[in-house]
Amino acid sequence: MNSMNEALLNAQATVLAAQAIGAGLAMIAGIGPGIGEGFAVGKAIETIGRQPEIKGTATSTMFIGCAVAETTGIYGLFVAIVLLWMNPFLKLLTGMPG
Amino acid sequence: MNVEVQGPKRMISLLSDDGSIIFSISESVVTGWIVILIVLVLCLVLTKDLKKIPETKRQCAAEYIVKTVNNMIESNMGRDLMGYAPYIAAVFSYIIIGTLISMIGFRSITADISVTGGLALMTFTLITYTKIRYNGVGKYLFSFVNPLNIISEVATPVSMALRLFGNVCGGMIITMILYGALGALSASVYGLLGLNADVYYFNIFQIGIPAVLSIYFDLFSGAIQSYVFIMLTMAYIKMGKE
Repeated sequence: MNSMNEALLNAQATVLAAQAIGAGLAMIAGIGPGIGEGFAVGKAIETIGRQPEIKGTATSTMFIGCAVAETTGIYGLFVAIVLLWMNPFLKLLTGMPG
Repeated sequence: MNVEVQGPKRMISLLSDDGSIIFSISESVVTGWIVILIVLVLCLVLTKDLKKIPETKRQCAAEYIVKTVNNMIESNMGRDLMGYAPYIAAVFSYIIIGTLISMIGFRSITADISVTGGLALMTFTLITYTKIRYNGVGKYLFSFVNPLNIISEVATPVSMALRLFGNVCGGMIITMILYGALGALSASVYGLLGLNADVYYFNIFQIGIPAVLSIYFDLFSGAIQSYVFIMLTMAYIKMGKE
């Protein structure tokens, strides 16, 4: 009985460590939106430099484009949040429902 | 360093005899009621005794808001879809007040995936309704012959819900991590000075510094994301019409 408890504790520790590593790896997704948004903002500034009269339109369009491009990064963040605070695999291990 | 990120609490619970929860209302819903009350009071105050020729600043403000919303709908969706203006304005005021309510100490309602999911489902229903209304049921069903369309149909509400939730919740988590780090920093500084951290338990670094980040994550990000949410709603509804 004691060795079984120890085995379960070991398994839980492994799962917790793997969750933390997985959350860190999931946030690599932040690279893509960062590069993409930087590119979009650069292009918007080029446009404003060429045609200063459409500054308002260019800025609002750029913000919407940035927010849409951010979605993939947000997916990565969501996976990291679920891994860190909702412990899905730990619940799987102990056989708890939900 | 102690960082705890919590979801919305249970505010009102209906318990059965053995103490298990039958039904509970979360913090987001209760804060949502407060937001609805704020919007209602704003509407009542702004539209009190309207005149044909505006005399008060209040009426000018109300007319300005209505005009701005109508202009935005007209330039983004066209004249035929002007009927959606009240819905768009209502969703926008609900989201922006619900997000900015975190500045006076409540938990943002958009930092709860149930709220953003509900809003995205409402938008999804409207998109489907517009598609069927302008193109007929047959054409709507026929578009699913290509199975990729099913994926893109499902991805629309999911991405809208997750975008709003992720931005607000991510900002909240970063602010909490910063609070924890600043608390640890001030504790270690007290330790270096040889003071007892239990007696001088006053986190001096937590004053002022988080406010700078709060301007970006709460004010700027919240306003941009609610604007983006309604802009995408308008774009999708307009696409559904074609």
